[in-house]
Amino acid sequence: MKARPYSAWISRVYIFAMAALAFTGMMQMPLAKRYYLTEVPGMAWTGDFFIVHKLHYIFAALLLFVIGVVVANWFLEWRDKLTLTPLGMARVGIVAGLVISGGLRVYRGLPDVTLDPIFVLTVEWVHLVLFMIMGGVALAALIKRCSAFAQAR
Amino acid sequence: MKKRKPETTVSRRGFLKAFSMGGAGMLIPSAAIAAQERVPAPSDGELATLHDLSKCIGCGECVSACRESNAVKYPEPKKPFPEMLPSRRAKPEDWSEKRDVEDRLTPYNWLMLQTAEVTYRGEDHEIFIPRRCMHCQNPPCANTCPFGAASKQKNGITRFYDTFCMGGGKCRTVCPWHIPQRQSGVGLYLNLMPRLAGNGVMYKCDRCYQRLDKGELPACISICPEDVQTIGPRYEIVAQAKSLAREMNGFIYGLEENGGTNTIYVSPVPFELLNKAVDKGKGKPHFKRVGDAMADEGNLAAAALVAPIAGIAAGFLGLGAKLFKTDDKSQSGKEDSHES
Repeated sequence: MKARPYSAWISRVYIFAMAALAFTGMMQMPLAKRYYLTEVPGMAWTGDFFIVHKLHYIFAALLLFVIGVVVANWFLEWRDKLTLTPLGMARVGIVAGLVISGGLRVYRGLPDVTLDPIFVLTVEWVHLVLFMIMGGVALAALIKRCSAFAQAR
Repeated sequence: MKKRKPETTVSRRGFLKAFSMGGAGMLIPSAAIAAQERVPAPSDGELATLHDLSKCIGCGECVSACRESNAVKYPEPKKPFPEMLPSRRAKPEDWSEKRDVEDRLTPYNWLMLQTAEVTYRGEDHEIFIPRRCMHCQNPPCANTCPFGAASKQKNGITRFYDTFCMGGGKCRTVCPWHIPQRQSGVGLYLNLMPRLAGNGVMYKCDRCYQRLDKGELPACISICPEDVQTIGPRYEIVAQAKSLAREMNGFIYGLEENGGTNTIYVSPVPFELLNKAVDKGKGKPHFKRVGDAMADEGNLAAAALVAPIAGIAAGFLGLGAKLFKTDDKSQSGKEDSHES
């Protein structure tokens, strides 16, 4: 593993949050029961849509915390020492799209909030498509062995 | 029983009255009449319906009217259905050969009648109950649909959009009454990965949105010879339901259920007794007390809102900088890193 120009814990928490969000996001679709995942010992919870829904929110909060830390540090110090890689820049854009569409998704779920159905449909599919693109780009970054978002200037 | 009619709520009788002005009525522009008696617009707030169960005689006119009004929306599946994997779990649901079934909810029957024979306070009651989607105020079916194929409209209708529905049936699972019903062999999944994901389209009452959009009453309300249902802004319907319940010394269902629904029942007997007496099961909803399935949404949203603010605060308080320096000292000059 190559050296990181910043703390490894940020990478680890980010990877954990993204992986957990990808998994709980997939489980928003009715797949766990159909594909027997609920019968794997310890995985019965994947078939409970409400639990999976809440976990998705909790992992989203964790990701947003990490993003907050990174953004603050970027403007305080890192931007003078680090530069985004091309694939890093692409993923920053995708994550931003996921955060915005996810935020709208959260807003939509609040009591007393009723949005236009076409808007809701757009938000859902943007979130879903960005998730798939993110998976593809992250895989490409891993294969090309340039998974870093940033490198030292 | 005394009947109250707040200004903006409309029952079938009230609606007909507007059109029964004799010959003079023929001379009045229809728009003028409609303007007086139209169903309240969405700007009046979410529309709710009130079912006065003391009036229902179980004639089934509402069921027939519902089928007639919505026939054009019923699925016409392509057969044979695609093989689905795994075959033991992903089984097609086909109601297209059983379109006449009326004793339960199906993709071709969005309204059913339940019958309850109960004895309450020494009196025998036979209660008939029209059952369909409750049109929740905060519907879990719409709020958790991963494809955005279900939405609540501003006028309080929870509506499914068949073009985007994959028929996974999550909406039926999360619905406290398990109202939506699936028809396989139709919908988007046929064009994506029919063997691996999806299983048709989910169907349920959409409160005759096409009629409401024109200011007409939903078919089940319009046809009812006993004026069982009244429709109007929810706050008025709630007031009406409470008043009616006081008058008949009765009981209300729908005020608090699942956080509040836009279908409210008033019964002369407790709903616990009705729940015991009605035929329940698949496509036959219960009358249990139901907690708010989406009650935690506010707290979860607050957590999602606070998290980035806390992260930014932590960053400015030196959390990241401190960690950065730690790595900077030990790994200075090295570039590249390893992340997903």
